[in-house]
Amino acid sequence: MIYRFLFVYLFISLASQAQVDSTLFRRVPKDTTKNAMNMDAVYNRPFLALGKSPVAIGGYLESNWQYGVTDGITEGHQFQARRLTVFLASKINRRLKFLSEIEFEEGGREIAIEFASMDLELHPLLNFRGGIVMNPIGAFNQNHDGPKWEFIDRPISATQMLPATWSNTGFGIFGKTFHKSWMIGYELYLTGNFDNSIIENTENKTFLPAAKRNPERFEEINSGLPLMNGKIAVRNRKAGELGVSYMGGVYNKFQDDGLIIDSRRRVDVFAVDYNTTIPTINTTIIAEWAWVFVQVPATYTQQFGTKQYGGFIDIIQPILSRSMLGWEKATLNLACRLEYVDWNVGTFTETGDNIYEHLWSIAPAISFRPNAQTVFRFNYRYQQQTDLLGNPPALTGMFQLGFSTYF
Amino acid sequence: MYEKRILKGMEKFLISLFIVLCVVISCKKILPGAPEDATVLDGTIDGLTMEENQRFLKGDAAFTEVFTAETGLGTTFVATSCISCHAGDGKGHPSTTLTRFGQPDEFGNIFMDQGGPQLQNRALPGYMPEQIPAGATFSKFTPPANTGLGFLDFVSDADILALSDPDDLNGDGISGVPNWIVIPGYITPRPDAIVQNGKHICRFGKKGAAYNLLNQTVNAYNQDMGITSTYNPVDVYTGQEIDPEISNQKIQDVVFYLQTLKAPVARNQEDSEVKQGKALFAQINCAACHTPKLKTGFSPIKGLSYKEFSPYTDLLLHDMGPGLDDGYTEGSAKTYEWRTPALWGLGLSQSSQGGKYYLMHDGRAHSIEEAILMHGGEASGSKAMYQALSSGEKMALIKFLESL
Repeated sequence: MIYRFLFVYLFISLASQAQVDSTLFRRVPKDTTKNAMNMDAVYNRPFLALGKSPVAIGGYLESNWQYGVTDGITEGHQFQARRLTVFLASKINRRLKFLSEIEFEEGGREIAIEFASMDLELHPLLNFRGGIVMNPIGAFNQNHDGPKWEFIDRPISATQMLPATWSNTGFGIFGKTFHKSWMIGYELYLTGNFDNSIIENTENKTFLPAAKRNPERFEEINSGLPLMNGKIAVRNRKAGELGVSYMGGVYNKFQDDGLIIDSRRRVDVFAVDYNTTIPTINTTIIAEWAWVFVQVPATYTQQFGTKQYGGFIDIIQPILSRSMLGWEKATLNLACRLEYVDWNVGTFTETGDNIYEHLWSIAPAISFRPNAQTVFRFNYRYQQQTDLLGNPPALTGMFQLGFSTYF
Repeated sequence: MYEKRILKGMEKFLISLFIVLCVVISCKKILPGAPEDATVLDGTIDGLTMEENQRFLKGDAAFTEVFTAETGLGTTFVATSCISCHAGDGKGHPSTTLTRFGQPDEFGNIFMDQGGPQLQNRALPGYMPEQIPAGATFSKFTPPANTGLGFLDFVSDADILALSDPDDLNGDGISGVPNWIVIPGYITPRPDAIVQNGKHICRFGKKGAAYNLLNQTVNAYNQDMGITSTYNPVDVYTGQEIDPEISNQKIQDVVFYLQTLKAPVARNQEDSEVKQGKALFAQINCAACHTPKLKTGFSPIKGLSYKEFSPYTDLLLHDMGPGLDDGYTEGSAKTYEWRTPALWGLGLSQSSQGGKYYLMHDGRAHSIEEAILMHGGEASGSKAMYQALSSGEKMALIKFLESL
């Protein structure tokens, strides 16, 4: 509630000044002289500054139409305003920065602070970060702004297996350095943790995103033990960026009021991400793969798996980059996303047969970028989802048309 | 030069767009159509009104609801939702097979105070599941298909009784009997109910121990998921009465859903081999228990009222021989007696059992032929006649069973 109040206040303040003269806003260009990595995504965004105010504001909006059919059944045409995200950044002084990201989803029904941290630079290789931080698992979780992607849907592996956008209260350090064409960065945080809901939820499967529904995670760690997060990434100007990340810890409430009430059970997640742009043909490749290991009591239902894996690969090919329809640096891209998730890797105790519960999907896309901040997207998705037992899969076909733009 | 570059770019774009569109449009599955009605078990009976359709959808939603500790699951349980055990409304899988224990004869369950009649073999994290008490006999039950149950629910008691022949007066070796049981107080007996010594004819379940779909649904919520209701407020974990964890409305919606799920649609009925198999089915006397035709009496749901249908069951108990005697029973059934399972939808079993067959009461048969050969007792004669058939005739019979 207090956040709503603060934001209403802030909007009114800014709006009232803007009414005086909207040209007071000036666009803060992205710093393209610095080599950016996925870990820089929170700052690597366009911002608007108001006069000489030390506060910059930014954000993006995503909206789309979609029509999908699963096994002959459709919900009809849907118009969706999936999210409005607002960034607020402030340079408190030369070495002290504040940045926050607030997301309004489903027309404001869900409001989430995705990121709100203070960064203290002690040395390029040693920065302190505290507040609500985005857990650095994979690349998408940190680098998820809609306008950066050619696809209306976020990757399934990143949203339904890894819980993008997964943030927690926490503290840690990060830094990076470079030498010639090479750059290396790291992040290390201790943050809030998952909870019992990852294996006690209405999805009927091990589902890390279920923990996002618990707003108390910003105040209290269910297990009383922090989640350890670490990522190391290497970037070469020609070869691209490769990241390896991990998060893990005890997720369940094993003691209460001084009494032991359960065994300690861990969740451990490993991810590898890679992105590059092939210089001669300008093809961009973005890929991420993750493995999730969750300790589930043997006496619990096999619906909730102990191991999951999945990922995606996006291939984006610019086919026209020139002045189009009055936009000077417009780009037209063809793209394709392939994704796969297995939510329950293992075999049935009773039969020894494979447990299925998996999904694959292919999504060809056409995207038009009139400028660097805006993308119009036309996607088709074909998806095949198989249940736990491996019965005939549910087939889905879906068309989507929409846009995402920074403002 | 500049124009040439634009033209070249446009050409590249159009070619690429054309290729993408060709790939997309040429794919027949671009917007996947519904599978053929006869190949799936879910769907409504014919003739539901708009209001009934709405109620069906409410029941469907309740049937797929996943329970958690917060919404009443457990503490001990077998499954987290109805749909967990009845994928696609079809037969269950060995991973969802449940265990009943504690009743060694027709005189009652002697392990009710030790967790009977059903084993809750799973538990919420931090708790231990139930164990079968020492000395208790038990049997495993594979979840049945849900389809067509409304038709079975509205068969009159008189029609069921007319099919019974407890003393085998016709001398065919078949002597079906109903399962007579004292029904729970929350059940309103059918208007035409036949009562014998305060006991009613029950018809649902492997032993035919549930009176109607309300009885079956209440038991499933309570015994399978540990969900209490005003109908059955006893918590399976503590054995104490607790507050209801599900509303009566939701249970009634699920009952309505089960009543109005369509009956499986038979396939390939004009195929000559299927026709031959159908004739053989009658010839070797399978139809004596697996009664091909039944009819409903009055139902407030018009689509179920006075309908003839083909379930291939007589809803009666039959002696199935020592091979299928697990030493456990329910109601007035003997341990070797089992209620004739409906054969409709048999050929679609694999679509809900992960591509394999798990037949008979506990899924021990992995093919239709294996299931036939496991028949004993009253079915011994039919089994012997099946064994005497030529391989072509056997194939025809199995093809017929697969067409149901």
